[in-house]
Amino acid sequence: MSNNKLYLYPVWLRIWHGINALGIILLGITGLSMQYTNMESPLLKFSSAVSIHNLVGIILMISYFFFFITNIIKNNIKHYRISLNGLVNRLMKQGKYYVFDYLKGNPKPFHISEEEKFNPLQQISYVGAMYILVPIVIITGIALLYPGMIIEKIYSFSGIRLTTFLHSLAGFFILIFLIIHLYVITIGQHPLRNFKSIITGYHEAE
Amino acid sequence: MTTRLSPFLFFLFLFVSQAIILQAQDEEAIMPESNHVCLKCHGHKYYSFFNEYKDLTERKLMNPYFVIDSVSYLQGEHKGHSCTDCHSSDYENYPHIADLKIQPKMTCVDCHDFEVIATEVKKSVHVEAFGEFFHCELCHDPHSNKLVKSDMAELVLYNNNRCLNCHNDADKYQVFTSHENPQLLSTHDWLPNQALHFTRVRCIECHTSVTDTSDAVHHILPKEQAVHNCNECHSENSLLRDKLYKHQLKQDRSEFNFYNSFILNDAYVIGANRNYYVNLISLIIFGCTLFGIIIHVILRIIKRK
Repeated sequence: MSNNKLYLYPVWLRIWHGINALGIILLGITGLSMQYTNMESPLLKFSSAVSIHNLVGIILMISYFFFFITNIIKNNIKHYRISLNGLVNRLMKQGKYYVFDYLKGNPKPFHISEEEKFNPLQQISYVGAMYILVPIVIITGIALLYPGMIIEKIYSFSGIRLTTFLHSLAGFFILIFLIIHLYVITIGQHPLRNFKSIITGYHEAE
Repeated sequence: MTTRLSPFLFFLFLFVSQAIILQAQDEEAIMPESNHVCLKCHGHKYYSFFNEYKDLTERKLMNPYFVIDSVSYLQGEHKGHSCTDCHSSDYENYPHIADLKIQPKMTCVDCHDFEVIATEVKKSVHVEAFGEFFHCELCHDPHSNKLVKSDMAELVLYNNNRCLNCHNDADKYQVFTSHENPQLLSTHDWLPNQALHFTRVRCIECHTSVTDTSDAVHHILPKEQAVHNCNECHSENSLLRDKLYKHQLKQDRSEFNFYNSFILNDAYVIGANRNYYVNLISLIIFGCTLFGIIIHVILRIIKRK
């Protein structure tokens, strides 16, 4: 075991990650407040929730485009390329580590390096979040910001109903991702070690 | 096979086309004959008459407020009525005598029993401000008034035009008041997605009081008392249930277990259109996630000891 520090998270990535994390929390709170609002106890004032949700949504959309392009330019996208070879096996191994081996004190099945900074479960969930769920909320979010451009009927379904459903569904799973993400990063030698890494950019190798 | 079917198809076509023509004739509105005399002048922007004093035919501009759109008249509820059912038969003579202008006209309540509506109207801000001078016909033009029920977008447009006829027309507005015409866009600039609200809901959703009577929409509130709290509509107990969607509410309450599903055919109202099953599944997923995390945390603590 070495004490080498790996520089895994460059400045651009840390800034984007910070904005993204704060934004998702704000969008989650305002989105839930709008959907489950009522007269007696609104979590937030409806009009304020709408204004904050719209503003933060636009900021996150710009931030996502920055991430999308910079990820390609800086070749950080290599960490998001999933190799299908033995994927199920690798996912099972990592899952087994989180559920059993970690609790038993067994070593990690996959070690972090500059070439592979995500384990298979991280990789598949990050790809799902950043390349499937977030694009869905952005596209449907733009449509809901300008509802006039939504098709009235998609077969027998109301276009706006379908758009809203997709937006809420993707948003809900992003929130679930956030909760799991926040917990899983506490798994390691020290619960705050990964939080420190995303602030300093350095990952302490075990 | 085709040859054998041809005569059958020909007769079927004849039958269907005849049925369509008969149906169309049945539905065709017929203008009472006596109205043609009035519409000869009042159906146009200009009218001509023979001036005996000058011994010539004169062409004049009709007062735009006295022009009757015969197409709208035939689509309206009063299409079968003669002009003189409501207007004095003295109007049949031209030039009309000057006295007719100041004689009291017939009003809606002379024929209709609008007792509940009249009570609501008396409480409305219009009557408070203008007294008895304010009457039904100012909003409900009897020459074109109709009930729109089938198409929600048309219903909203038709209803809102009633308000906009005065509130978006400085000349008409100032017949009643010396106040400046309100600037509707700026006074409603607090409303998110303003254009969407203007086309999907009626002015009266926010500008009338909510009561159980079906005629509550006639109690127009002062602007200070209009709905400003978004949650009045954007919640499970949306006030749209008692107003715009009152009729649909009776027909359909729970399609696919959506709350207020009757709205979903026309719009999606955030907060009002939740789905029971989606809520339940979301709660289960959320609960399982938290449960898994809590179990893992407990096991971590136990193993550390």
